[in-house]
Amino acid sequence: MEKPDPTATTSARRLPGWARGALWAVVAIGVLSTASYLTDMPILTSSDTSQTALRLGLPILLAAIGGLWAERAGVMNIGLEGMMILGTWGSAWGAYYGGVWVGLAAGILFGLLGGLLHAVAVVTFNVNHIVSGVAINLLGLGVAKYLANLVFEPISGNPRESPPVEKFDTYSATFLSDWLGALEDEQRVVLSDVAGLLRGLVTHVSPLAMIALLLVPASYFVLWRTRFGLRLRSCGESPVAAESLGVNVYLHKYIAVAASGGFAGMGGASLVLLEGGADYLENQVNGRGYIGLAAMIFGNYRPSGLLGGAALFGYADGLQLSGGGAAVLALCYGAVLLLAVIVVLQLVRRHWWAAAGGVAGAAVLYWIYWTNDELPSDLIPYTPHFVTIIVLAVAAQRLRVPKAIGQQYRRGEDT
Amino acid sequence: MINWRTALLPPALAIVFAMLLSSVALLISGANPLDAFATMGAQLFHGNTAVSTVNLAIVYYLAGLAAAIGFQMNVFNIGVEGQYRFAAVVAAIVGGWMQLPPVLHVVAILVVAVASGALYALLPALLKVYRGVSEVITTIMLNSIVFGIVAFLINPEQFGVLHGNNLSTEEIAPSGRIPGIPLGEAGTLFGFVVIAAALGYGYWFMLNRTRFGFELKASGESKTAAAAGGVSARKMTLAAMLISGGVAGLVAMPELLGRDYVYAMTATQGYGFTGLAVALLGRNHPAGIAFGALLWAFLDRSAVSLESIGIPSEIATIMQGTIVLSVVVAYEIVRRADLAAEQRRVGRAGNGRPASVAEGGAV
Repeated sequence: MEKPDPTATTSARRLPGWARGALWAVVAIGVLSTASYLTDMPILTSSDTSQTALRLGLPILLAAIGGLWAERAGVMNIGLEGMMILGTWGSAWGAYYGGVWVGLAAGILFGLLGGLLHAVAVVTFNVNHIVSGVAINLLGLGVAKYLANLVFEPISGNPRESPPVEKFDTYSATFLSDWLGALEDEQRVVLSDVAGLLRGLVTHVSPLAMIALLLVPASYFVLWRTRFGLRLRSCGESPVAAESLGVNVYLHKYIAVAASGGFAGMGGASLVLLEGGADYLENQVNGRGYIGLAAMIFGNYRPSGLLGGAALFGYADGLQLSGGGAAVLALCYGAVLLLAVIVVLQLVRRHWWAAAGGVAGAAVLYWIYWTNDELPSDLIPYTPHFVTIIVLAVAAQRLRVPKAIGQQYRRGEDT
Repeated sequence: MINWRTALLPPALAIVFAMLLSSVALLISGANPLDAFATMGAQLFHGNTAVSTVNLAIVYYLAGLAAAIGFQMNVFNIGVEGQYRFAAVVAAIVGGWMQLPPVLHVVAILVVAVASGALYALLPALLKVYRGVSEVITTIMLNSIVFGIVAFLINPEQFGVLHGNNLSTEEIAPSGRIPGIPLGEAGTLFGFVVIAAALGYGYWFMLNRTRFGFELKASGESKTAAAAGGVSARKMTLAAMLISGGVAGLVAMPELLGRDYVYAMTATQGYGFTGLAVALLGRNHPAGIAFGALLWAFLDRSAVSLESIGIPSEIATIMQGTIVLSVVVAYEIVRRADLAAEQRRVGRAGNGRPASVAEGGAV
């Protein structure tokens, strides 16, 4: 727990949330463009990278939104992974028979069913949240495999894969995209970098991506600006107090966890229905549900924060995919620059130990960058996982976790 | 004293419920559930299936013990998976490289395995204790990363050897192997079964007969209460995580030292997750875990026989998932029923007058 710090007079503290987010975005772009300039790796800020990042970040973003809803209502949801797996199968099945939108709906429905199962176990039967989550991950995998065997095998001849399904059309803001492309090609410092990153975000965007991005402010609005949201969050902070005020805690938890499953199922659908993504494929979720949960925790259980987290992991994943080992090394260099900024901030705030830790971390990263020309190719695909651990280790102590998270609650019992 | 009804009824209920549910799934897919269950039962008596089931159960038992130690301290060591694979690959490399006299060689390999399992659990333990990072997330990430580490270490550029089409570590010399127990026609039982049984006893002894075990359990029940009694929750978390990781390090050893002698890219995965389920089934009790491990191994082995009569083998996975979920639900239902029965009993004993506080009545 962080104590209120009387010496914290820096401007960052008093800025409103959106301004701080914008500030961090500027810092991130500054760091990336400096790193890409100094290491001569334009891929760090190319439109390809940001486009891949958007595609890879989407499932993580949706899983994170799912995690947000459940955890804000006080239910830990490790089962996101299993619900996403159910979503991938559902969406492939729906899309094969009824087109993309039916696929999306089916994906959401399957995830929702997984969420409901979690709610029954956790809310009604007071099962330990993590136990139930692990069981749902097992079940999700088993059910999806079983159904794929039953339904897809006769069509595609392969129990591990669905037949090819329709994908979402993509839309580009043509004028903007062309103009940014021209700017990117000019290779001017900073300007071209920003243009490259932005261009990836306005080119070949699917409706699903727009919906997912809109879900972030929508979740904020529902959870923080409506009566229903206040009640839902009160179940996560103190269910007994909520009950004493006449809130139906069971109902709100059920809705929250079911919605959480629905978002996770949508995340699964985004793996199947996006251009460039695979059709249903066994093990395609590959831990993205967990990474989404990590992104949400990194984002301090806030919608804006989880957007940042998902962007970070999507970016790390997109970069390793499009740039390989050399690009990841350049990212290490970028991290050194970022740590330098953080160290300066910590010194201004007189947090000597944090600053020392930052210097040590920067030294290690720089050493990795300096001594290696190429990282081992076997480890490159796990860049997002490494980033997750490092980021959580740095960020975890500032978190404001919902108070009653993971606690068991029964109506009429005072715990 | 153990209450047999509360201990045995829930798993039985769960198994029945899982059978019912998978019957529904089987009926939907147009298969006869009775046929399926009969095939699953009958396969035990063919060839060496029974012994290979027990062999698999030994592996699951170790994984279950590893997970159970974490559960006792309320630590969710989902990382058993990563820890055992990391330990297996390191132990296989070191074991293949070492030249030692027979017994010493085995002991050295086991020590390496325990140490590397604990090492892989060290990072999440430290992050949990000093940075407050949920061990669930970090261990899951490390579970994924271990794929990369195994691939990296088995790469011929590092320590790997190419056998035909399969990459693996150097073969461990005969001095470093654990001989099996031959059972004639039925097959060969892993010699590791002795060590596993000893570990199970050690686990029981540690929890129920030592001060450390008491402190571990107390701290798991209530951190604040234990802290008031002078038990540091940090220390206990760290200890539970490291011991759990150390035991996890042994998970792959029965197969490595008793059958395979090399660790290959294609080595079976997923023992760690099974361990979690098995520990839940057995309620963290060593005998219960053994039962859970046998059941799980039986379901896994029977999946193969289902394929032969044209039923998708995933039905076994569905049964496993259903059993885990319904066993925890069943424990809760039985607990509630017991509680209600207790309240009725107390109510009756009062003969009409309100029960006193000592008898469980309201204050």
